[in-house]
Amino acid sequence: MSNALTDYSLCALRDALDRREVLAVDVAQAYLDRVSAHDPVIRAYLTVDAEGALQRASEIDSNRAAGGPLGPLAGVPIALKDIFLTKGLRTTCASRILEHFVPPYDATVVTRLREAGAVILGKLNMDEFAMGSSTENSAFQQTKNPWDTTRTPGGSSGGSSAALAAQLCAGTLGTDTGGSIRQPAALCGVVGLKPTYGRVSRFGVIAFASSLDQVGPMGWTVRDAAALHEVIAGFDPQDSTSSDRPVPTGHSRTPVGGRLDGVRVGVPTEYFPETGLTPDVRLKVTEAIGKLRALGAEIVPVSLPHSPYAVATYYVIATAEASSNLARFDGVRYGHRAKADDLLSLYLRSRGEGFGMEVKRRIMLGTFALSAGYYDAYYGKAGQIQTLIRRDFEQAFERCDVIATPTSPSTAFRLGERTEDPMQMYLADIFTISCNLAGLPGLSLPCGFDADGLPIGLQLLGRAFDESMLFRVGCAFEDSTDHHVRRPPSLQTGGVVTGQEAQS
Amino acid sequence: MSSARALFEDKATVRKIAILARLELDDPTLELLGRQLGDILGYVDQLNAVDTSGVEPTVFAGETTRFRPDDLRIRLAPGASLDNAPDHSSGAFRVPKVI
Repeated sequence: MSNALTDYSLCALRDALDRREVLAVDVAQAYLDRVSAHDPVIRAYLTVDAEGALQRASEIDSNRAAGGPLGPLAGVPIALKDIFLTKGLRTTCASRILEHFVPPYDATVVTRLREAGAVILGKLNMDEFAMGSSTENSAFQQTKNPWDTTRTPGGSSGGSSAALAAQLCAGTLGTDTGGSIRQPAALCGVVGLKPTYGRVSRFGVIAFASSLDQVGPMGWTVRDAAALHEVIAGFDPQDSTSSDRPVPTGHSRTPVGGRLDGVRVGVPTEYFPETGLTPDVRLKVTEAIGKLRALGAEIVPVSLPHSPYAVATYYVIATAEASSNLARFDGVRYGHRAKADDLLSLYLRSRGEGFGMEVKRRIMLGTFALSAGYYDAYYGKAGQIQTLIRRDFEQAFERCDVIATPTSPSTAFRLGERTEDPMQMYLADIFTISCNLAGLPGLSLPCGFDADGLPIGLQLLGRAFDESMLFRVGCAFEDSTDHHVRRPPSLQTGGVVTGQEAQS
Repeated sequence: MSSARALFEDKATVRKIAILARLELDDPTLELLGRQLGDILGYVDQLNAVDTSGVEPTVFAGETTRFRPDDLRIRLAPGASLDNAPDHSSGAFRVPKVI
């Protein structure tokens, strides 16, 4: 089977468009056709904007023909998790309460993508308000893992990871509060980056837990993620937590075959526990660390002793902030409004009808943790342990430059398997949560498959604002493996083209 | 059994938190949530095993928050703010009578 336009990685497509070998409008149409063919099964998209995408693609083609100015992603088809406000395009956060919400403005990252020339294909499914690890908490539909449609794509950015694995978009953005970019990337065999807290603006991104939320790119390859990161990162006066540190650039054009001599890779014992880590994940991640050593890296044992407390700490802090952030959905200014004769009933009923169970559970937990008499015992205590978790990382990074761990303790679990037991679902994020609590960058990339053919993710954690190190290590690993170009056999693609083939 | 777990066995407590959280919940949901929240708080109670004496809590894991002058900035035309309103009249959001 020959290569289709939907077989080109984001960087390969960008370069082919630059060389005028393909037209943006043909690329957009190819993706829309593929979405029509496969999304009725995968169910990654909540909204497809065919008209908007084709119009934008045609503008890009005209600009290029006229020699006009073009952005770095001119003509590249992107889809967005439905948590990013898109002017004039419905944005639901996968919640009934926002089912008909049409934003009057764009999120800063959306503005930056548009200015870079990206073609926005549509909006992707997710767990309601980004609360979940399987995308089963969407109010609207169940997204399937393209590698096995009886399994979860992960979450909360599960529409994003599934769309990438099924080649229903060339790149996408997710959000990550406790692992919501990295875990679904791992479970679908794609790449996901949670940048450093403060690296990317959250203006126009529907808030979950503001001290932890971060926007990040997801792609087929590390270079694809780097290309998107370069466009979305950087200071934004509209987000008071955004940093003005220089944004790393050029990593999407990293030459093939980089070595890792002089790089110290820390391996924390706490991330390879005796129980709770499946044997295939342990094996493939250990092999991946061996590969890093073969590329010249020095492997250093490190310890992050407070890791076992991360999940408990997170579920106090994140739910407390969520209970406050979600107070804005009150049925007054936008969103679902229930019939009621007085204002209190209007609030109670609109929220009772509009929110799903997981959202209610977290609002309740957060309200309790912040309530009079319990604040110090829960929220105060969790904040102190967060400090200890941050110190663990500071000490570890005195001895190494990057930390390597599994992204998820297991491969994709079966749909419905954990929906009745919230605690089991929360433990899916056991290896990703500390990174958010410490505000550090984390990258997940494919490092192999289990006995059932399901993808396994390697997680690389870096120092604050050192995404460059993650890109460097990630590119070197990727160049020496082929996990990232494998695709589910049932999806019948012509084989992934990354543009690196000629160089290797 | 932890005190928080016992607390959530009392439906009246769960109902009180639901009202604080502005959520209307039926009885079976209150019961289910009470049980699940008790389990989750039982898990959270492991934090008590950690000695945190003298440790400053983290407020947020970023660099310092940036401040800017509190000047007027108009981002949306008044009409655009009302487009998503469930009910509005004369350029204002309409709600049930308060007094």
